[in-house]
Amino acid sequence: MILKNDTIAAIATALSDSGIGIVRISGDKAIEIADSLIRSKSGKRMIASAKSHTIQYGFVIDDEGSKEFENSSEFSVSDFFRIVDEVMVSVFRAPKSYTKEDVVEINCHGGVLVTKKVLELVLRAGARLAEPGEFTKRAFLNGRIDLAEAEAVMDLIHSKNELAIKASTAQLRGDLSNKIRSLREEILYEIAFIESALDDPEHISLDGYPERLNEKCDHLIEEVQRLLDSAENGRMVKEGISTVILGKPNAGKSSLLNMILGQERAIVTDVAGTTRDALEEYVNLRGIHLNMIDTAGIRDTDDLVEKIGVEKARKYAMDADMILYVVDTSVALDENDKEILSMINGKKTIFLLNKSDLEQKVSENDILSLLRFVKDENQKDPTENNPTENNSTESISTESISTIKISTEKHSLKYGEMESDISMISTSAALGEGLDLLEKEIEKLFFHGDVKQNDQMMITNLRHKQELENAKNALLLVKKSLEDGMPEDFYSIDLMQAYASLGSIVGEEVGDDLVEEIFSKFCMGK
Amino acid sequence: MSEIREKVDVCVVGAGHAGCEAALACARLGLETVIFTVSVDSIALMPCNPNVGGSSKGHLVRELDALGGEMGKNIDKTFIQSKMLNVSKGPAVHSLRAQADKAEYSRAMRKVLESQERLTIKQAEVCELLWEDINSNEVHNNKSFTNKEQANDDSFNGKGLFDKRVIGVKTFTGAIYECKAVVLCTGTYLRARCLCGEAITYTGPNGLQAATHLTDSLKKMGIELRRFKTGTPARMDGRTIDYSKMEEQFGDERIVPFSFSTDPESIQKEQASCWLTYTNKATHDIIRANLDRSPIYAGIIEGTGPRYCPSIEDKVVKFAEKERHQVFLEPEGLHTHEMYVGGMSSSLPEDVQLAMYRTVPGLEHCKIVRNAYAIEYDCINAKQLNPSLEFKKIKGLFAGGQFNGSSGYEEAACQGLVAGINAAMEIQGRNFLVMDRSESYIGVLIDDLVTKDNREPYRMMTSRAEYRLLLRQDNADRRLRKKGYEIGLISEEEYQDLLCKEKLIELEIARLKETKVGANKEIQSFLERHESMSLKTAASLAELICRPELNYAMIEEIDSGRAEAYKTYCSMEQVRSRYLTADGKLSKEIIDQVEIEIKYEGYIVRQKRQVEQYKKLEKKMIPADLNYDDVPSLRLEARQKLKEFRPVSLGQASRISGVSPADVSVLHIYLERQQRNS
Repeated sequence: MILKNDTIAAIATALSDSGIGIVRISGDKAIEIADSLIRSKSGKRMIASAKSHTIQYGFVIDDEGSKEFENSSEFSVSDFFRIVDEVMVSVFRAPKSYTKEDVVEINCHGGVLVTKKVLELVLRAGARLAEPGEFTKRAFLNGRIDLAEAEAVMDLIHSKNELAIKASTAQLRGDLSNKIRSLREEILYEIAFIESALDDPEHISLDGYPERLNEKCDHLIEEVQRLLDSAENGRMVKEGISTVILGKPNAGKSSLLNMILGQERAIVTDVAGTTRDALEEYVNLRGIHLNMIDTAGIRDTDDLVEKIGVEKARKYAMDADMILYVVDTSVALDENDKEILSMINGKKTIFLLNKSDLEQKVSENDILSLLRFVKDENQKDPTENNPTENNSTESISTESISTIKISTEKHSLKYGEMESDISMISTSAALGEGLDLLEKEIEKLFFHGDVKQNDQMMITNLRHKQELENAKNALLLVKKSLEDGMPEDFYSIDLMQAYASLGSIVGEEVGDDLVEEIFSKFCMGK
Repeated sequence: MSEIREKVDVCVVGAGHAGCEAALACARLGLETVIFTVSVDSIALMPCNPNVGGSSKGHLVRELDALGGEMGKNIDKTFIQSKMLNVSKGPAVHSLRAQADKAEYSRAMRKVLESQERLTIKQAEVCELLWEDINSNEVHNNKSFTNKEQANDDSFNGKGLFDKRVIGVKTFTGAIYECKAVVLCTGTYLRARCLCGEAITYTGPNGLQAATHLTDSLKKMGIELRRFKTGTPARMDGRTIDYSKMEEQFGDERIVPFSFSTDPESIQKEQASCWLTYTNKATHDIIRANLDRSPIYAGIIEGTGPRYCPSIEDKVVKFAEKERHQVFLEPEGLHTHEMYVGGMSSSLPEDVQLAMYRTVPGLEHCKIVRNAYAIEYDCINAKQLNPSLEFKKIKGLFAGGQFNGSSGYEEAACQGLVAGINAAMEIQGRNFLVMDRSESYIGVLIDDLVTKDNREPYRMMTSRAEYRLLLRQDNADRRLRKKGYEIGLISEEEYQDLLCKEKLIELEIARLKETKVGANKEIQSFLERHESMSLKTAASLAELICRPELNYAMIEEIDSGRAEAYKTYCSMEQVRSRYLTADGKLSKEIIDQVEIEIKYEGYIVRQKRQVEQYKKLEKKMIPADLNYDDVPSLRLEARQKLKEFRPVSLGQASRISGVSPADVSVLHIYLERQQRNS
C-alpha cells in the first residue's frame, strides 16, 4: 500500500565509510520508537521529553535481554545496555519538520555497519522501511514542499524506484529468486486448495487437512529461516566479516595484522601496550572480506588510557563475527588470558598460537583446559553471586546492582557452542608462516569451505530481510490459527500475507494468481 | 406512416435476473419504466442450474436483499430445498443455497413485476438504441457517490467524458420509446448461437429467440463487443433414473431464509432431495474417443468459456488423473419429472451425450428430455463502464448482468439492481450507489468487472473478497440496509427492524463484556466440566465466549444476569418481536451476531484496520477528464492503461494491472498539485 500514514525509516545519507550516517524516522511513532532505543549517558530515556528542534547526545542501545535501571546515577549506560553507537539525535516535532510529521534523525558515527544496525533496530521497534522517495512524497502531500518542486518529486520517485528495483534485483541471484518463487508456489497451492474447498465444498473436502498444513508450515518456516540465516552470511560476504584481534600485550597482534595486510600499518614495537586504541582495516583473504580490528593488549593495568582500550576491546569482541586470539606460546598462560577467554563469549574464534619459532611454553591442551575452566567458573557464578534474586527492585542497593550487572552479563555467555566454533593454528608472524592455514580456517568456520564457488543463496538486502521476517511471522500465525482450532478459512488470510511478502522480494504482485491457481489445479463446479 | 411513440423514464432491455431487478428498482423509485423481453414466458428464467446461492453467491443474494432487491424474497417463496454450505467452517464462508422450483420462480417474479406500479412489460426485441451527440463540456458530476465522505471534494470537479446521450430505444416492429435512461440486460441473447455437437442453432437459451439486431446499433455507438460462451448439462426424465444407485442429499433441518424480511418460521417446510452419483472410466473413455466431435476441441466455438464450470470434456482432459467426477441430480421443480445433471455440462453431439450419461450409475436407462449444449453470445468488456455501471462515454446508458461479462443468476441480479438504482439516481439528480471492496461482495464484483481485464465469464468466489471476515452473509443487512433505506428501496418498517437489531446486539455485547465472573468454585467446576482452563483471576463472560471450547449457549448457567437482561430487552420501547423468542429470549439471529463479533473480534479488528488503509486511496478521486499525457514521470505502460481504464479513484488505479505503486504515487502528487493550483 502506498498511502500508509505509518512510521517510516531509512538511512538518509549516502552509505560510505566516511563520516556520519543519518537514520531518519518520520511518522506518529517516530519519537516513541527513538525513545525506546536511545539512552542518555546515565542510562535514562530522553527522547520523548526532548524539545523540538534540539539535538541530544546519547547512545543507541540494543536492549534485547537487558535490564533497565532508570534511577542509577553512578553508573553509566554501558553498565546496563549493549551500546550499538554513540549518537547525536535531532528531534523535530510535527508540524515543524521536513515531512510535517514527527521526525527524528539519528546521527550515527560508527560507520556503515553501525548505521545499518541502527536502522534495523528502528525497524524492529515498529517502523517500516521507507519506499524510495517516500519522505519527500510525504513532505509534499503534507504541504511542506511548494508546487514548483512537485514535478521534481515525481521524477525522484520514479528514478529512485527504478534504481531501487535494479539494485534490489541485482542483489537477488537467480538461484535465490528461484527458491523464493518455488516457496511462493508451494504457498499458493495451499491457499488455492483451501479456497477451492470453500468455493466448492461438495467437490473438495478439507478432512484431515489441518495436520497436513501444519507440516507444510513447518517446512516453509524452516526454508524461510534458512534464507534469513543466509542474510547473516550475505551481509558478511558483502560487508565483510567483522574480525577482532585479541591478545595480551606484545603477543604479536599488530604484527599479525601487518602480515595479513602485507603492509606496516599498525605501529609495531617490542614495547608492550603500543596499540592503545583500536585500528580498523579491510582486507580480502581468498575472496572473503574481513574488517579487521586490532585492539589494545589485554592486561590488568592502572594506566587509564590503556584501561579504556581494554574496555573497547571487550565491546568490539561483543559485536564481532569472529575473534582472532593471538596467543604468545613462548609465555605461560595467566590471569589476563582468562580475562580474554571470557571475552570470546561463544563467538567463532581462531586461536593463533604465535611465535611458533620460539621455545613453546603453551600447548593447545593448556588453552583448551583454561577455556573449560573459564566456562565452568562462569556457569557457576550466577547462582552463587546473586543473592538479590528474590528481592523486589526497589530494595536493591547500589552494591547489589553491580552484582546483578555482572550476573546478567554472565548469564548471556553461551559456552555450549564454544568448542565447535574454535580452531587453532600455529603461526609465526615474524616469519610470515601460517597465513594459508588461517585463510582456510576462516573459510571453514564461515562458509563450510565453499567461498570460492560462492554458491550459497544469500540475502543481502535489508528490505528483503524484512519481507522474509514478515513471511515467517505470517506462517507462524497460520500455525497459531491451526493450534487454536480456527476454521480453515482463517488460514488463508495469513498464508496470503506470506505469499505477498515473498512476492515483493522477487517483484511479483498478487494479482489474479490465486484464481488462476484454483482453476488450473482444482476441478471445480457444475 | 404512423408509428408507436411513447415517452417513459427508463427502458430496461431484457427480463432475466438482471433486468427484473433493474426494472423493479426504477419503478419502485418512482420512474415510469418499460421492461422488454423477447418472450414474456421467459421472465426470470433459469436456463441453467436450478438453484440460487451457493458459496459467495449466497452472499450476493443477501446483500441484494439488504439493498432492496427481489431475488432473495422470490427464492424464499419458491425454493424446494435449502442448505447452508460450509457450516463446519468459519462464519465468513457460510453460504446459503436453495434449490428452486424453476417454473414457480419465474411465475412468482412475473407476478411481482406485473403488480408493480409504473412498470410495463413489453414483449419485443429492442433492435436499436436512439442517441444524440452531446457537448463534451457537459459536467459529469462524478462527485455523486452515496457515501458523501467518499468523494474528495476538492480534487473532484472534472468534466465528463460523455460524447453521447441515450434518448430512447426502437423495437423490431418500429415502435419508439423515448426515455431518459436505458439499462441493457441482454444476458446471453445477443447474436446467440447454441451448439450441440455438429448441430448448431441460432437461438438464445432454451431455444428462445435470439436478439440479432441490437449488436450493430451498439457498435455504431462506439461500444466494443466480444464473444463469450457458456454451457449447460442435459435434463433427464426422472422416471428413467434409478435413484437406488445414488446417494440422497437432503436439505437442512432448520431453514434459513435468504431475505432479511422473510419470517424464518414461515418457510419451514418439507423439502425435495437431490442425488449424488459419479462418472467412471467408461464415461471418460467415451468422452476421450469422441473429443474430435466436440465443437470446442474441433475449434468451432470461438467464444471464451468459464473455467469454473468446465464441461465434462474439459474436466476429463484437464484433470486426466481423476478417476471419477461427482454428478448431482437436481429436480427442476415439483411439477415436472425433469432432473438437472449437475457436473456434466457438454457440447458433444447428442449420440455421444446419451452414451456418456448412460455409463453413470443410476443413469443406465436414462432418457434425455433436453440435450446439453454450449451457447455463445455477444457481451462487452466492462472496462467501458464506470463503477456506477453507466457507460463512460454515453450518458444515460447503463448495463448489468451477463452482458457485462459475468456469469450466474446472482451476479446478474446484483448488477441489474445497481444499474437500475443508478439509472434512477441519475434521472433524479441524486448520488450514485457505488460500493467499494470493503463494503460488499457486490462492490468486489463490480470493481473486478470494471477494473480488470476479464477474459472469461466472471463468477464470484469468496477468495476474490479481501475483507471477507467483514463481508459475511449473516451481517449483510447490518452493512447495507441503511443504504437501501436511503435510496428508497427499504421501507421504514424494515429499517426500524434493523435499528432494533443493532441496538439489541450492542446491548448484549456490552453486557457480556462488562459482566465479570470471579475465579470461584462454581465457575471452576463449570470450566472443568467443559474441559476449559480454570481461571486465575476474574474474567468477563465475553472472554469466556472467546474460548474455542465455549459458546454463548453454554455459559448460560454461569451468566446469572441473562434472564434479567432479557426481561429488560422485552420491555424496551420499539423492540421488534421478531428478535425475541416466544418465551422472551433473544432470537438466534441476534445471538449469532453477538457470538461472531465476540469470538472473532481480534481478526475483525485487524481487518477493519486494513480497510481504513484501503479507504484512503479509494477516497482520492481522479477527475474524469484528466489528461494522462500531462502527468509527467508516468511509465509508458501505466499511461496507456490509465487512459484505457480511466479509473475514478487512486484506489481503482492501483488495481489496474500494469500500474505500479510508484505510478500511483506520481499520480497522487500530480492530483495534489492540480488541486492546489486551482
